[in-house]
Amino acid sequence: MILVKHELRQGRIPFLIWTASIGGLLAVCIFLFPEMESQMEGISDVFSSMGSFTAAFGMDRLSFGSLMGFYSVECGNVLGLGGAFYAALCGVGILSKEEHGRTAEFLLTHPVSRFHIITGKLTAVLAQVSAMNLILYAASIVCMTAIGEDVPWKELTLIHLAYFLLQIELACVCFGISAFMRRNSIGIGMGIAIMMYFLNLVANMTETAEFLKYITPFGYCEGADIVTEGCLNITRAAVGICAGITGVIAAYWKYGRKDIH
Amino acid sequence: METIKIENLTKYYGKARGIEQVSLTVKAGEFFGFIGPNGAGKSTTIRTLLGLIKPTSGTASVCGLHIDTDRERILGAVGYLPSEAVFYPRMRVKDVLKLSADLRKKDCEDAADGLCERLRLDTSRKVEELSFGNRKKTAIVCALQHEPELLILDEPTSGLDPLMQKEFFDILRERNQLGTTVFMSSHILPEIQRNCTRAAIIREGRIIACDRVEVLAKTNTRRVAVRGSVRLEGLDGIRDRQESDGTVSFLYSGDIKQLLRSLVDGHIEDISISEPDLEEIFSHYYEKEGETR
Repeated sequence: MILVKHELRQGRIPFLIWTASIGGLLAVCIFLFPEMESQMEGISDVFSSMGSFTAAFGMDRLSFGSLMGFYSVECGNVLGLGGAFYAALCGVGILSKEEHGRTAEFLLTHPVSRFHIITGKLTAVLAQVSAMNLILYAASIVCMTAIGEDVPWKELTLIHLAYFLLQIELACVCFGISAFMRRNSIGIGMGIAIMMYFLNLVANMTETAEFLKYITPFGYCEGADIVTEGCLNITRAAVGICAGITGVIAAYWKYGRKDIH
Repeated sequence: METIKIENLTKYYGKARGIEQVSLTVKAGEFFGFIGPNGAGKSTTIRTLLGLIKPTSGTASVCGLHIDTDRERILGAVGYLPSEAVFYPRMRVKDVLKLSADLRKKDCEDAADGLCERLRLDTSRKVEELSFGNRKKTAIVCALQHEPELLILDEPTSGLDPLMQKEFFDILRERNQLGTTVFMSSHILPEIQRNCTRAAIIREGRIIACDRVEVLAKTNTRRVAVRGSVRLEGLDGIRDRQESDGTVSFLYSGDIKQLLRSLVDGHIEDISISEPDLEEIFSHYYEKEGETR
C-alpha cells in the first residue's frame, strides 16, 4: 500500500495533465455537436464520400448527424489516442524509471520483495488508468446532458469500456516491456501507441489487412462496430486480454530475477 | 558470530569481470574496511550482498541469512549508504525519510530527528535542491534511522565536509560500540586506518590481502628521509625515491645493516626512519601484485 501511494503521488502531475487535456478535448467535441448537427446535411455527404479515408475512421457506417455517430468518431479518436498514449507511458516507465532515474538503489535496498514492488507498481498503473477513465466517462455524461441530448447509455458505456480495455491492455504490455528496460523508455511507449492506432487505420482501409484488427487493440474499439452491433468483438478483446496478461507475466518473470544497475 | 560470510563469490557482467573468487568474513561488532581503487569490485561485492545483482557463482550470507533466499530479511537488518544517493524528484527530505521508514514498517521519527540535528540537515528542503553533500546526509539518515545491526557503507564520506565527516564517524563509532557491525568501502586510506579494526584489500576483482589494519600496515618497509648527501647506489629494496632541496626520501625494504653502512659513509645532516602509512603500503601491495603477474 505504501508503494502504491508513493507511485500515485509521483504520478499525479502527469495524471492531472493527461486527464484534463483529454477531458477538455472531449468536452470541446461534445459542445461542438449542436453546431455540427445543424450543418450536418452537407457535411455528412462530404465525410461519407472520401473513399478509404472515410473507411479508415469508420465514417462509411456511421452517421455524423447522430450524437453517437459523431461521438464515436470524434471523441473516439481523442479518447483512443490520448488514452492509449497515457496508458502506454504510464506502463512503460513505471519499472524502468527506477534504474533510469537511479532510484533503484534506494527502493530495492529496503526490505520489500521484488514481487511486492511489481505488484504495487502494477496496481498504481491500473488505478491511474481506471481513475482517468471514470473521470472521462463522467465528464462525457455531464457534457452530453449540458447540451440537452439524451445520454445513449448503452453505446456510450460500451465505447468507454472498449477504450478502457484498450488502455489496460497497452498499459500491461508496456509494463512487461518496462521490466526489460534500463533507459528512458518513453519513446517505446509512444511508438507502440501510435503504431497500434495506425495499424487499425490500415485495417479499416483494405480488407486484406483486416487481420490486423486482431493485433491492435483499436480493432475492438471501432465505434462503427460497437454502435451498429451493440457489443464488443469478443474474439479481438480476448486476444487483447491475453496480450495484457502476457505483459504482466513477463514483468514478474523478468523483474524478479533482473540484475539492478 | 559471522555477520558477513562470503565464499568464492564471482560475478561477471557478460564477459566483463566484476569480482572473482572473493572470500571474506566479517565478525559481529567489527568495524571492517574494504579498500580498493575505483572499478576494483567493491560496489559489485556490496550490491551482491544486498541482492541487487545475482552472483555468477559462489555464495554469501549476511546476519546468518542466505543472500539468495532471505533477501528481504537481510535488507531489514541492514542499513545501506550508497556511494551516490539519488532520491525521487519533487519530494522533501522529511518525505524521503518517512518513505524509507514506512518501507521498513517502522516509526523512526525520533532517531531521524536526532540524526538530522547532528548532521545539520534541513528536512523541509526538496531533494532536487540539495547539494551533493546534503543528499549524502539524507542517505546517511535513511541508512541509520532504523538502527540496523549491520551498516554497509559504500564510499561514505564523498561529498561531506571535514566537520561533517568527523560527526559522521563519531556517530558510526557510537553505533559500533553499541554492537552495530560496520562494513565500509573506501579508497581513502587514512579513513580506514583511523576507524577500522580489520580490512580487506581488493584489486581487479580479487581480494589480495585481509587482516587487522595494524598487521596490514606492518611491513619491513620503512620510509627513510635523509638530509645531506648519501650514496644509495648498490642498495637493493629501494622504491619510490624522491629528491628535493637536498633531501632524499625513499621506501626501503632491504637489509637494514646495508642501509646503515651506506648512511655512515655519507654526510648526513638529518635523518628520519618511520613506518610508512597505509597509503604507501597500499601502493606497495599493488606493486607487489603487479610484479608477480
